[in-house]
Amino acid sequence: MLQLEGVGKTYPNNVHALDGISLKVSPGEIVAIVGGSGCGKSTMLRAISGLDVASQGRVVLDGVAVMAPHEKIGIVFQEPRLLPWLSVAGNIGFGLDHLARAERNARVAEALKRVGLADKASVWPRELSGGQAQRVAIARALVPRPEVLLLDEPFSALDAFTRADLQEHLLDLWADSRPTLILVTHDVEEAVVLADRVFVMQPRPGRLFEEIVTGLPRPRDRQSSRFDNVKKQVLAALDRSMARPVQAPEDRAPEGAALWW
Amino acid sequence: MSFVSMSAAIDTTAADPVKRRSALPRYVTPLIGLIIPVTVAVLCELAVRWGWSNGRLVPPPSVIYATFAELASTGELQRHALATVARVAFGFSLGVVAGTILGALTGYSVTLFRLLDPTFQALRAIPSIAWVPLFILWLGIFEASKITLIAVGVFFPVYLGVMGAVMSVDRKIVEVGRAFRLSGFQMVRRILLPAVLPSYVIALRSGLGLGWMFVVAAEFMGASEGLGFLLVDGQQLGKPAQIVAAIVAFAVIGKITDWLIVGLSAPFLRWEDRFGRGAER
Repeated sequence: MLQLEGVGKTYPNNVHALDGISLKVSPGEIVAIVGGSGCGKSTMLRAISGLDVASQGRVVLDGVAVMAPHEKIGIVFQEPRLLPWLSVAGNIGFGLDHLARAERNARVAEALKRVGLADKASVWPRELSGGQAQRVAIARALVPRPEVLLLDEPFSALDAFTRADLQEHLLDLWADSRPTLILVTHDVEEAVVLADRVFVMQPRPGRLFEEIVTGLPRPRDRQSSRFDNVKKQVLAALDRSMARPVQAPEDRAPEGAALWW
Repeated sequence: MSFVSMSAAIDTTAADPVKRRSALPRYVTPLIGLIIPVTVAVLCELAVRWGWSNGRLVPPPSVIYATFAELASTGELQRHALATVARVAFGFSLGVVAGTILGALTGYSVTLFRLLDPTFQALRAIPSIAWVPLFILWLGIFEASKITLIAVGVFFPVYLGVMGAVMSVDRKIVEVGRAFRLSGFQMVRRILLPAVLPSYVIALRSGLGLGWMFVVAAEFMGASEGLGFLLVDGQQLGKPAQIVAAIVAFAVIGKITDWLIVGLSAPFLRWEDRFGRGAER
């Protein structure tokens, strides 16, 4: 069980990035955090990861406060951040240094097969496409079998097709060992496809604004009307979170009107 | 242009783009670099043969070769070359060890940077040859002062290169190390060292170049053996061919040692994703 107890973050320059975030996430749950840019969602993720420590409150995993990077918490960044001097296999096995070589190799080989890159084991990262590199990054984070996997806008740099592909792939990998997933994203569709619960954040200081339980059966059909409804719900909450009134269609300027000056 | 010739032109580019770029066989391409030096040597030789010049001050290649062969057959050349190589080896090792350790420390720690770097930068501004009189007073005229001078020359490029490389390691990659809970030592071995290796090789190469430069300066200031001694000796006895032979020896040995650094580091740098890969093959 992962718990955030009144987590806040104030940077040394007095920027109040995060304020009083309290949240409980049960094992195996998928939670998405959406919000406008600068709303503190990445700050929150970094506080959970232990890369940054909260200035107020605490993050608790299985009853123990997380003060530094934790072996049960894995993280995938927006960029793959592969180590260019290690082969693909070397990158995936990066977090398994404590294991005997034979077991490490077996785990890496299994992970490579699982992410569909078995033929790329000895290739350098520079030779991978963006999507392949991000798959390696996901495998690297999952191979030590974390209880919690944090993802910081993991697919935002990919094209739409690759992104949809990797979203499905992530769910597939998640089903293997069902870690808790906490995903920060600015893509509402991505949040609704993946998450059990979507949290909308409000900026300055970053606060949880609204919680939306998606309640959709898996696998999810992106074309269904129920899916669309949840998406609209999240979008409306986002608008409210930024104190932007939701405009009715008739209030909008007629098409092309803005071009007349 | 007719349609046929157009499609033919497309065909040739598509079929073999490598061949189109250089029509010469692969083993001939490196030889292009020889055209200019060989032409100059041949012209020089012919000028003497045909009596346009007596070749006393500018010895033709045949005379240089003869001098070189004679020096080599008596073992003189080997003795002098060995003395010089030994000095460079000692001085280079000292300079590299000191430059690497201090460069890594100042690159890693802001406190040490603030403490040490201003002093090193001030020392760096002094032309290293200016130390010679002091080194001779302190360390005598024999090997110690020569090796120290070479070490000082090697130190600065290595120090600067390592410091700059450590400072510019990508924060995002260091963060990956933190996320996997690497200890300080593991962080150095698994992240920082491999990350700085490409710049380190360049720092070593420029350090070595300065090492060869300073060994000549050191040997000029009084030596009874060494390639630098051959240079001074050739000047004093009016033997330009001996000077050129020593210069050639410098060039050959210098290039070989540079190749050694490049060759030994190459297996560790195959991962690099950079612009200049093609030119070095």
